[in-house]
This record gives sequence, C-alpha cells and structure tokens, in this order.
Amino acid sequence: MNFKGKDIVSIRDLSREDIDQVLDLAERMIPYAKGEIFTKALDGRILANLFFEPSTRTHMSFSTAMSRLGGRTMEMAHPSMMSVAKGETLTDTIRMVESYSDVIVLRHPHEGSARLAAHFSSKPVINAGDGAGQHPTQTLLDLFTIRREFKRIEDVKVALVGDLKYGRTVHSLAEALTMFGAEVTFVAPANLQMPRETVRQVEKLGGKPKLTSKLEEVIKEVDVLYVTRIQKERFPDPAEYQKIAGVYRIDNDLLREAKRDLIVMHPLPRVDEIAPEVDGTEHARYFVQAFNGVPVRMALLLLVLGGEL
Amino acid sequence: MKEFKVVPIRNGTVIDHIECGMALKVLRIIGVSGTNVQSPVSVLMHVPSSKTGFKDVVKVEDRELDTKEVDKIALISPRATINIIRDFNVAEKMKVSLPDVVKGIVRCGNPSCITNLREPVEPEFTVESRNPPVLRCIYCDRILEDIAEHLQ
Repeated sequence: MNFKGKDIVSIRDLSREDIDQVLDLAERMIPYAKGEIFTKALDGRILANLFFEPSTRTHMSFSTAMSRLGGRTMEMAHPSMMSVAKGETLTDTIRMVESYSDVIVLRHPHEGSARLAAHFSSKPVINAGDGAGQHPTQTLLDLFTIRREFKRIEDVKVALVGDLKYGRTVHSLAEALTMFGAEVTFVAPANLQMPRETVRQVEKLGGKPKLTSKLEEVIKEVDVLYVTRIQKERFPDPAEYQKIAGVYRIDNDLLREAKRDLIVMHPLPRVDEIAPEVDGTEHARYFVQAFNGVPVRMALLLLVLGGEL
Repeated sequence: MKEFKVVPIRNGTVIDHIECGMALKVLRIIGVSGTNVQSPVSVLMHVPSSKTGFKDVVKVEDRELDTKEVDKIALISPRATINIIRDFNVAEKMKVSLPDVVKGIVRCGNPSCITNLREPVEPEFTVESRNPPVLRCIYCDRILEDIAEHLQ
C-alpha cells in the first residue's frame, strides 16, 4: 500500500502485507533509532503531539522517532491550559492543528476520537490510543518485537496473560497475531477472560485459541508470555484482587519451568505483574519492546509523510 | 366478530408485519407524536398473523413514507412491509431494507464514544448483519447492543 497521506487509526485497517511493509522498514530504522547513523529524511516537517491523556512511552517515543528522522515536534501544552479547557471541541482543535503541522499524533480519552480526527484532518492522523479503544502502534511494535526475536511470527506460541477482558489493545494483538499464523493462548481468571467476540474473530481468522486460567498449564510450551496489567478497580473486593494478582505474577520460580528462549513482554507500565528479579534474566524483553516503539514509529512517520532515506 | 376494529384507509401508509411491541417505536421513527398530525393514526398491537404468530400494524392516513423513513424501520423491524394506499387501493408495496451504512438515525450506545460528546458529527454505523440487524460504530468500533433504545 502507498501509505503517503494515510491515517493509521486501527490495526484492522492494515492488511498483513501492509504490516510487513511497516515492520520491514522498521528493521532498517534500527541503527537510526539507536543514533548510530543519522538522517534528515523528514527535515522541515512538523509532528503535532496531541496528548489529552498522560503517556510516557508512546509520547516520548513519537518525539524521539520524529527527531531521529530530522523532523520537529510541536508539543501541546497541558490540556487544562488550552482552549479545550474552555470547551473547544476536538474537531475544532484538529482543524486548527492540521494547519500548523504535517502529521498529527493523537492520544485521547474517548473511543473513536482518532477516527473523528482523521475524518476532519487533511493531514495524516496516527492514533496513539483512544481511551479503551485502539492503539495500533502498540500492536505493530509488539509484532515487531516477536518477529525480531524469532525471525518469524508464524507458529510462535504466544500466551496473553492477565486482564484480557477490558484492554482492547490486547484484543487487536490477538487478532493480528492470528493473522500472522501465531498460536495464541489466553490465560486469565474467568471474570477477565478474553471476550467471546474476540475469540470468535480469532477463530474466523483460522486460529484455534486455547483458554485457561492456569499459567502453570502453559508455561512449559509457550515461546512468549505477553503480560498485561490487572487493574485493582476491576475487583470490588481488594482481597480478591490480591489473590488474583498473586496467581499471575511472573517471577523466577515460574520461569524455571519455561523454555530457555521464552521471552516475557509487557506493554508497560508494570505494577506487580513481573517481579524485578526477572529484569536481569535472559527472558526479559519489555525494555527492548519499549525501545522498539521508536523504529516502528519512525517507519510509520516516514511512510505517511512520504519521506525518503 | 370483525377481526380488525379499524376501517380501511383511503390514502396513506400501512406499515404491516411490525415485530410485536415495536409499533410505538415505529411511530417515533416516522415522527408521529400524536399532536403533530392532522389525520387519524391507527396503532394495532399483538394482532394474530399467519406468518409470524403475532404482529403490530400502524396505519397513517394522508401520508406517504419516503425511503429514508422506511430504512429506519428496518432497524427495529426487519420483516416489516410498507403499503402505500391511494383511493383505498394498494398503489405501492415495499419491504424495508437496511442500507450498508446507517447514518444519523441511531446514536452510539457506548457512553465513551466520541460521537456522544459535543462534536459536530453524525453517528455512523456499518451494517454487519441484517436480520437481526447488527450495527458497528465506525468511530469506536463497538457493536450497538440495543438499537431501539438508541434511536435519535
């Protein structure tokens, strides 16, 4: 696909070939992302970073990606300092910002906001998370991390662990992994298990997902443990939360059972899901995964802005 | 004993085979409130039907429904039929049918959807299946659970 001028709102808008195109280019971006070599491919271009919600990795990695490509980033002041606080609609903000920039990166608390922004903006809009909705660049960097590690995604056995019910990014990831032929297992307590709609969608894509609540049942056979945060507020009873959170905590004891080349991923921030003792093991990949956000976002920015290396 | 206690109409529209219990929502869809019409409107509920067991029927005198209104009815009653009556005869008979995209008729059921905020945009849905109707919001990507409840 010719990405120039295109919006990146949902991973579902991209075919397998489109995703491969992004990941192939991201591969070439790595030495630039590490600052080993330099480029001015997006010299003179401006990225508007519109973050209506707090974010650490996504926000910083978009800024880094744009800077590494020789472009500039325009930061929004805190939303409380802007017209938004005076009741300005997102539509009006977008109409204004598109005239100041070449590409808009949007994080917003409301679902569908990126699609709305894309509807009104003539400049490409990249969704950096819309509430509990889509977060396509996270999915891309997750796929990229697995592909780099195993040199393929097909047949890689991935266990998605934790709160699989509420986070839509984990639903998109399950679908995307299946599209690439990975074997997915959903490990979650019954009240946080993957919604039926997503399970059906995975099956429609040819997957045969396994659902279980027992991590120890799958730990010996999987290649990737993709851990997500279990949020306290999902449990009316704090004692129940403590119990569940303890069961799904990844530590060295659990990993002793794992394959030698198993990798542990996490979109971060983590709270208690992964013990700090895991950080120093050969299984930990979550910080590499966070770094991978830079080359992936560089690839996307280069593609939607039509830049040349 | 007469089966129907409503006389045939001279001119207007008969909406037949409405799903049981949906007649009042059909009235809402076609914008009939009871005070904004000049001619009689008859509502029949839970009428025996050879096809579906029971049905609702709405007769609106001196008014012919247009396609957009008919499409809206398909959202809550996909098997409904529309008869346009002229001079006591059925001049036109049509089935309701949903378009591929539904715009501006229902609002999204997801309270966090951006279309439920003060944005200048009409809610829009892709039709994923027709009977029963399944709508997916093009903005937040959620399936609309109860269509009748979310009619605008």
